[in-house]
Amino acid sequence: MTILGNLALWVALLVALWGAVMGFAGGRQGRADLQASATRAMYTTTGSLLVAVCCLEYALFTRDFNVEYVASYTSRNLPTFYTWSALYAGQKGSLLFWAVVLSLFGTLAMSLTSARHRVYLPYVAGIVSIVVAFFISAMLAASNPFDRLPFTPVDGRGMNPQLQNPGMVFHPPMLYLGYISITIPFAFAMAALLSKRLDVEWLVAIRKWTLVSWLFLSIGILLGMWWAYVELGWGGYWAWDPVENASLLPWLTMTAFLHSVMVQEKRGMLKKWNFGLIIGSWLLSIFGTFITRSGIISSVHSFAQSGVGYFFLVFLVTGAVLSFWLYARRLPLLEAETRLESMVSREASFLFNNLLFIGIAFSVLWGTLFPILSEAVQGTKVTVGPPFFNQVNIPLGLALLALTGIGPLIAWRRASLANIQRQFAMPGAAAVLVGLALLVAGMRDYYALVAFILGGFVLATVVQEFWRGITARHRQYHEAYAIAAVRLVGRNRRRYGGYIVHLGMVVLFVAFAGMAFKTETQATLRPGESATLRSPFGHTWTFTHLGVSQYDALNRLVTAGTIELARDGQRVGILKSEKRQHVDGLGRPTFEPSTEVGIRSDLREDIYVVMAGVVGGTEQTVYRFTINPLVWWVWYGGYILVFGGLIVMWPGGGPAAVRRTEAGYAVKLVAKA
Amino acid sequence: MTPRRHDATSHVSRREWLLLGATPLLGVAASWRRGVGQDSLAGQEPSGRLYDPNRAGRPQTPTTERDADPAIQALEKRLRCTCGCGLDVYTCRTTDFSCTTSPAMHRQVLALQDRGLTDAQVVQAFVDEHGPSVLMAPPKKGFNLAAYFVPGIAIVVASAVLFVVLRRWTRATAAGAPATAHAAGGAAQGSPEELARLQRELDEFSA
Repeated sequence: MTILGNLALWVALLVALWGAVMGFAGGRQGRADLQASATRAMYTTTGSLLVAVCCLEYALFTRDFNVEYVASYTSRNLPTFYTWSALYAGQKGSLLFWAVVLSLFGTLAMSLTSARHRVYLPYVAGIVSIVVAFFISAMLAASNPFDRLPFTPVDGRGMNPQLQNPGMVFHPPMLYLGYISITIPFAFAMAALLSKRLDVEWLVAIRKWTLVSWLFLSIGILLGMWWAYVELGWGGYWAWDPVENASLLPWLTMTAFLHSVMVQEKRGMLKKWNFGLIIGSWLLSIFGTFITRSGIISSVHSFAQSGVGYFFLVFLVTGAVLSFWLYARRLPLLEAETRLESMVSREASFLFNNLLFIGIAFSVLWGTLFPILSEAVQGTKVTVGPPFFNQVNIPLGLALLALTGIGPLIAWRRASLANIQRQFAMPGAAAVLVGLALLVAGMRDYYALVAFILGGFVLATVVQEFWRGITARHRQYHEAYAIAAVRLVGRNRRRYGGYIVHLGMVVLFVAFAGMAFKTETQATLRPGESATLRSPFGHTWTFTHLGVSQYDALNRLVTAGTIELARDGQRVGILKSEKRQHVDGLGRPTFEPSTEVGIRSDLREDIYVVMAGVVGGTEQTVYRFTINPLVWWVWYGGYILVFGGLIVMWPGGGPAAVRRTEAGYAVKLVAKA
Repeated sequence: MTPRRHDATSHVSRREWLLLGATPLLGVAASWRRGVGQDSLAGQEPSGRLYDPNRAGRPQTPTTERDADPAIQALEKRLRCTCGCGLDVYTCRTTDFSCTTSPAMHRQVLALQDRGLTDAQVVQAFVDEHGPSVLMAPPKKGFNLAAYFVPGIAIVVASAVLFVVLRRWTRATAAGAPATAHAAGGAAQGSPEELARLQRELDEFSA
């Protein structure tokens, strides 16, 4: 199977190179035969890469330990569920996964793009083929998943225990899908620059792709947070690790793009800016891949250091030079069609919103790279950890949250004073009320207080927007309120889906602020002994150690500490935290023992129990107990955000519907006059 | 002599009955005593031994109150564990229980505090030993100030530039507006009341 896999990779590489040449030649000369050849090359590349994936999966499932990749990431007793995810658990497999998904996206772009936008497709095929060819050549040159060992081990090393978690099965592919799909909007942008068709059409062609990419990135980041929280055991979900930062960077620039693109679509402004954002997002996605794979910055998430990182560095630099060179050449053609009419307008607020998104992205990038810069300038390496990122980014994040509320309240083109007064009255009052209530309740943490106040403000703006829309429909069409709500969202999905995304962001910010009140303690308990911890909500949690049990599971030996949990003396349940010693099929330990945390969630707080280990081989156990307030809201804020994103993406309810609404509105105006 | 009964019920004398009844009662009492004893002696008696202690991870030593002291936590969250995990000392020693570096650094923190050093002096002692990379955030001096101020300065400068550019755009638009209106064939014609009403309606619609 490895021979077939290697052959499939070589075929895919050659065909992708052919497709790239045909794409550019077909686009430049306008020859249909060359364009068709580029499209067929894309399909063939995808087919070949799928064959390679099937070969690797076959080797993984048949436990062909003579294949180095299989021996490194599986063992005889690895559950089937995780054997699937072994495809992308290691560097080599993940490169293959990346290449096949990108070529699949390319194929979908070729097939699903409407006839109106097919003029871009030859160049899109060319760009996507080049990127796919790069990934395949990196595999073949430095990181081939089909490499064989000179001997066959009796059993494989197995998968890292921390990867044997459902979150890790879904988090990497989601993040990859987000990273990879950015290539499609980038390819359309490059196609627009190459073909000099720089009107709004390329934006229409990539609208869904940018949303797909943003949505996958969002889901991937959220799943990564969940995995870190339930699996790593340090009691939080975001550590400002370089690889986490690398995933956040393109998300920030893509979110900025989703806002600024509305200005270009409505007013014909910000063309240069939007091209810059798409190119920047793509480069950041490659940069993230470079960081993860080069080992240039130490991270718990990184793959093992290998030469493949330098491939990515060269590709990144080359991609940046070429795309910005092309961009610079087309700048004279990217003049705005209209000018800004007022500083107090939605366009201006979007510009400041973009400034903050890019500012946060810059500060995250700056902090991530500063250790390298410091070493180059001062000769000493410094650590840039969570204290730095929190200090720099929390104020920027809060400013962004404020703009999340302010933006939708300001009218397009020019907002009058009366408009501002009317729009801000209710949200402003809500913010003041929330602030007063929290101050009276005794909250004194400055940042958390500001986050809750701004959360109240943005929530009120969203409620106000929905309420006005629903009541307007109720008055005009005599619809019941529930039906009016559904139709309001259904007929303007982009706008109201966007508000739901804002709502999700509010919930997320409030949940993040909750971590300011995190409390924790350590205790060593014999069976029957208890420890207590006071919740920020005022009650007292009692943790009673019941004992330790040991048992064997499928591929691990488990030692479980059991805790009885009581709130203000009332028993609420049992929590279990485990030490797991993973073993291979022969019962030999494969990794250091890992820890499984015990978590009890409710709306207010999470109880997080970590078993550190036992004392002297007895049931006397060392625990860490943590109270994490409002963590539940992080996950449900994420659900709301994704739900809003899906509404925005859902077919229909787009510009045509908006035009119909506007037409109806014009008729109404005339009638009133 | 009392004849034995043969109606399938056994004859039990009062003494036997009391003894039979007393046995379970004594058992309950004994177990209750044991329970009371266990509760009252919780943590005082030796704990049961595990079947296989080796599978329970690295052997731990009992924690003390100082290990969970919030002031020690705060201090250790400023220091990076030098094992290469990237975590601070407190997080590492309470998360990665296979690490031997962070517990050693923790003991060093306690020892330095026992010698009467302030928090700042403890931190400085670690910097002297390991270099500035032992701090979780760069010290705010020299070139490191750039880490803190460059993002803020960049955003302030960009905001100022954006503000100036927007103002120039809006002024240019205002200057060109009458000509545009004229070129559009007087699209904005109407009485002040009508224009005001139109503006109100547009505001409402845009919002």
